[in-house]
Amino acid sequence: MVPLTIDTFARRLRAGETSSTQAIEDCLRRIDSENPRLNAFIQVLAEGARRQAAEADRELTSGIDRGPLHGVPVSVKDVFDIAGTVTTAASRVREGIVASSDALAVTRLRRAGAVIVGKTNLHEFAFGTTNEDSAFGPARNPLDDTRSPGGSSGGSAASVVAGMALATLGTDTGGSIRIPAAACGLVGLKPGYDELPADGVVPLSRTLDHVGPLTATVSDAWHMLHALRDRAPAKPLSVTPVRSLKLGVPRHYFCDVLDEDVRRAFETALERLRGEGATIAEVDIPHASLVASIYLHIVFGDAAAYHADALDTMPDKYTPNVRLRLEMARYVTAEDYVRALDGRRVLRREVDAGLSGVDALVLPTLPIVAPPIGAGTVQIGERHEPVRNLMLRLTQLFNLTGHPAITLPCGASASGLPCGLQLVGVTGQTDNLLHVAAGVERALGR
Amino acid sequence: MSVDEWLKAAVADAERRGLPELKPLLEGLAQATKALRAAGLGGQANGPTDH
Repeated sequence: MVPLTIDTFARRLRAGETSSTQAIEDCLRRIDSENPRLNAFIQVLAEGARRQAAEADRELTSGIDRGPLHGVPVSVKDVFDIAGTVTTAASRVREGIVASSDALAVTRLRRAGAVIVGKTNLHEFAFGTTNEDSAFGPARNPLDDTRSPGGSSGGSAASVVAGMALATLGTDTGGSIRIPAAACGLVGLKPGYDELPADGVVPLSRTLDHVGPLTATVSDAWHMLHALRDRAPAKPLSVTPVRSLKLGVPRHYFCDVLDEDVRRAFETALERLRGEGATIAEVDIPHASLVASIYLHIVFGDAAAYHADALDTMPDKYTPNVRLRLEMARYVTAEDYVRALDGRRVLRREVDAGLSGVDALVLPTLPIVAPPIGAGTVQIGERHEPVRNLMLRLTQLFNLTGHPAITLPCGASASGLPCGLQLVGVTGQTDNLLHVAAGVERALGR
Repeated sequence: MSVDEWLKAAVADAERRGLPELKPLLEGLAQATKALRAAGLGGQANGPTDH
């Protein structure tokens, strides 16, 4: 499955070889044929999409060109408000709550010409990484529908891989953009903290949530990023030559627990980059082993506060697993929450230090390939490890620290499932991170 | 309150609320809390000031 890219569509659109209407009809046909298998969409907005696509075609004919996203079919994770629709967050808790206006990120996508094709499935309230716990049933991985597409933005990733949209809008609190992107063989960008607006988004943790795109290529992520920022980039995306790159690998903790296929793909990618002239240095995040403990106390504290009233008044409307984990979250004490905030500051300094003197950190995105749906644990070497801990292990640090991070495909397992390579950039330099990612993407053969 | 005391109180409260299945989850959280506290990453009133 090779998704149509935004760049390819844009070129064909302006050459008169296709239209937005044609693209939307293609996506709607794919949704008709594939969504019963994949359960990627909670709501398809067919009529609105057809209307917007016709308008995009009319605009282009009359000389109005909104840029790279003009007429592009985009799906949206169902935590973003879209006026006139229920923002379900994949939960019965939100039944009947109709959004009165679009989330700001959606407004910006529409302004850039994107056509919203529908709202995608997710792990309920984005509180999980496999997409198994959803009031609408699990989303499935298009590459192997017995497996999870990752999460929480799993339906979003599935929609792009299966050709039901050209790009998608997700959120990432501990890895919820990068995890499904890696599990499905896509590019997933978590920009810096607060870089993109979260207004009109159902939160998991307002201090950890990040808005960002999942796309087929780094260039497509660039187009989405700048549309979501609502301003043109200072300069076009450039492909940083790999020979000029210095990358830091935090091996301690981040490479300690890896599936052998993932390890092989990662080391092969590093060899490839080294062979092209990149300098690979080892860096250390001294308190990395505390990342999960620090993350849990913050995300639990934040989520417990947001869900307290619904847990008391409508507990049966949650899926059982999510309800239990939210109930557990209510027992985090204020003093431990503050300890975690202290730890977060320490980690931020350590990641800043790790980035000094290198262009980006490089590490795997997921320690495993997409897990089978329903698996509580997976075997790594002799040990059985909890899926949830593994899924978050390599991504959640950068939600705590707010550094921009991107995943891109880097090879596959013996069974053909994709592996992801994660690049982490300097705070405030997301554009530079994408220049680097474009160079790495080219070197790895995409 | 020590983590062990907290865990005992939390499990008792969960059982009182009809949620005995929370016990293994709370035990897991207790491990994370112990690790967090043992790291001593924040300042303490009876210790040196932060820099």
